[in-house]
Amino acid sequence: MALSRLSSATSSSSLFRPSLIAATRLFSSSDVLTVETSVPFTAHQCDPPSRTVETTPKELLGFFRDMSVMRRMEIAADSLYKSKLIRGFCHLYDGQEAVAVGMEAAITRRDAIITAYRDHCIFLARGGSLFESFAELMGRRGGCSKGKGGSMHFYKKESQFYGGHGIVGAQVPLGCGIAFGQKYSKDGSVTFSMYGDGAANQGQLFEALNIAALLDLPAILVCENNHYGMGTAEWRAAKSPAYYKRGDYVPGLKVDGMDALAVKQACKFAKEHALKNGPIILEMDTYRYHGHSMSDPGSTYRTRDEISGVRQERDPIERIRKLILSHDLATASELKDMEKEIRKEVDDAIAQAKEDPLPDPSELFNHVYVKGLGTEAFGPDRKELKAALP
Amino acid sequence: MAAAMHTATLPFFSSSSSSSAYKTINVSGRLRLGLAPLPGSLAGRKGSIFVIRSEAGFASGSNARARSSKLITNAVATKPDASASSTGSKPGHELLLFEALREGLDEEMARDPRVCVMGEDVGHYGGSYKVTKGLATKYGDLRVLDTPIAENSFTGMGIGAAMTGLRPVIEGMNMGFLLLAFNQISNNCGMLHYTSGGQFTIPVVIRGPGGVGRQLGAEHSQRLESYFQSIPGLQMVACSTAYNAKGLMKAAIRSENPVVLFEHVLLYNLKERIPDEEYICCLEEAEMVRPGEHVTILTYSRMRYHVMQAAKTLVNKGYDPEVIDIRSLKPFDLYTIGKSIKKTHRVLIVEECMRTGWHWGQSTSSNH
Repeated sequence: MALSRLSSATSSSSLFRPSLIAATRLFSSSDVLTVETSVPFTAHQCDPPSRTVETTPKELLGFFRDMSVMRRMEIAADSLYKSKLIRGFCHLYDGQEAVAVGMEAAITRRDAIITAYRDHCIFLARGGSLFESFAELMGRRGGCSKGKGGSMHFYKKESQFYGGHGIVGAQVPLGCGIAFGQKYSKDGSVTFSMYGDGAANQGQLFEALNIAALLDLPAILVCENNHYGMGTAEWRAAKSPAYYKRGDYVPGLKVDGMDALAVKQACKFAKEHALKNGPIILEMDTYRYHGHSMSDPGSTYRTRDEISGVRQERDPIERIRKLILSHDLATASELKDMEKEIRKEVDDAIAQAKEDPLPDPSELFNHVYVKGLGTEAFGPDRKELKAALP
Repeated sequence: MAAAMHTATLPFFSSSSSSSAYKTINVSGRLRLGLAPLPGSLAGRKGSIFVIRSEAGFASGSNARARSSKLITNAVATKPDASASSTGSKPGHELLLFEALREGLDEEMARDPRVCVMGEDVGHYGGSYKVTKGLATKYGDLRVLDTPIAENSFTGMGIGAAMTGLRPVIEGMNMGFLLLAFNQISNNCGMLHYTSGGQFTIPVVIRGPGGVGRQLGAEHSQRLESYFQSIPGLQMVACSTAYNAKGLMKAAIRSENPVVLFEHVLLYNLKERIPDEEYICCLEEAEMVRPGEHVTILTYSRMRYHVMQAAKTLVNKGYDPEVIDIRSLKPFDLYTIGKSIKKTHRVLIVEECMRTGWHWGQSTSSNH
């Protein structure tokens, strides 16, 4: 019971329902564990943060749970895509979950996150529900964007999750603009603009970085380096694959993106830095198990041995599982039961989403313009012409 | 209520209770008096000939009407109500079009602290066409932001700032430069409201001078209306007089939709008298410049003045054209336009654009 209370209290999202697993161990919430990150941080133009991270059992179990839900969701999305319930593009995030949960653990819901099209898990981390995700993937009206966005356009305004963007690299100037808005309203929050190693070669990124550095905007640029820009390996696309150094005058930090605690430490450090000194680049060294999207097998440009090698040695969920087991925070069977429960949760959400209807045809032209400004085309016999502006 | 037509008066003309034909002379006379560069040599000369001839006889209002009725042979235009077309009880103040834009911007920035400006050289330099002159000293460097020359990213930044609730006015130093930001304008500005299911609104105003100038070269003389026409979610307006420039600027800033405000390089020095009181122009409304019976002439921006000069010739030849300045390029004011076409059954479209990429081709096909 204590275990379930702990794990469900970890996150305020609707992902979790109280589990029925009885725990034999009780923890006090002030238990602090110190863990070392897998590798030390490499820094560019700044002092790297310490390798020792403080965490609590609650947090670790929360990480495990969150990442397992994300992993389960992405695999379920894979099979939904193959059964043609999800169509179009579907870019899966499994393997990179540590970045999402580590970042979320370091920041508040007032900080903003904006990312590209590999956004399902970040949406979950920001408080989105499984039902909303699956409904949006299948284009149903219960989806987070009312079925009008699809896989690449998940948004959650209340949690400051700004999407969800299809064009590679275009979200980075948007992210700097959000940081500009935050600086303008002086609310002490930061923006994490996430992009990939492929987008790191976009010009608009450097333009935006220049402006952010000029204005000391609280912008943190996070490069999720999974080493492949669709089918092109990073050494074939970038003369200098040290993405954390590409900011030149902007400090950078290279982080092991498969270690959730390292990500958490780096994001905390970056947030403090950005509020004081302006932009910083974080490079998350991570890996995706699936191909670029569902239409990419993922094995034409890399070997299966490589994929399974990373899965064995660096898998984020396994790392946290080992930590939990070695610190005796839960038994292996408890973790297995948790995973079974998560699987059921995901299946329930899929079933519920499958029942959800498609959007009404009248929704096709809704939301093109903000309602109320008379932007429908008037026929010659329409008498009403003017709209009252506030 | 904003009057649909606003009379521009020359100092030496008496108050404007006059016919529409008289108005045309006024307007072109404005151009002739050299505060703006002359449009084209031949047209300018023709216009000036007309103006001189007609001005000579107009010492006072009533004489003017008598003289103008001699010129018009078959015109059956309904004369607009005098009180509606006059400047009203307040005398108003005279200024140039770019000053009108600045006034509108200034008033909106004073009214709402979320309005900010970003663009190249808008702050300390005052704007390449002086539209934002003095605003940086008044509102500070953050609210009137000088950006580096990076259209793609600062347009994206403006849109990102709008997602958080600010209301940026993004200036492209020349509309043609905004082609570099086309991705941001099309995908993020136009479509975000839809793809987020209505969660985010993007209340930006994207403005800048465009159009054919005086030997500015091909790249700086572009008309982008037809490119932006196909972007869903975007509203487009084109201003043509100081009155509607200020009104449209204010309305665009207050609008929750992203609005692209097309100005014209050669119209910035138009002098006009505008009311002292606060007013806005409706963003979706067209302006009836000259009511008529025989043919509907649709135009916008600088071509309005060419059309009004041409209208004089038409009138002398016995035709009665109806001239509509459509102002709202997207969406169309189909009410005014449709009513007019129903009346006349003939349409003439006068537009300054590239031969192969005219805005009307897109918009007429989309509205059928």
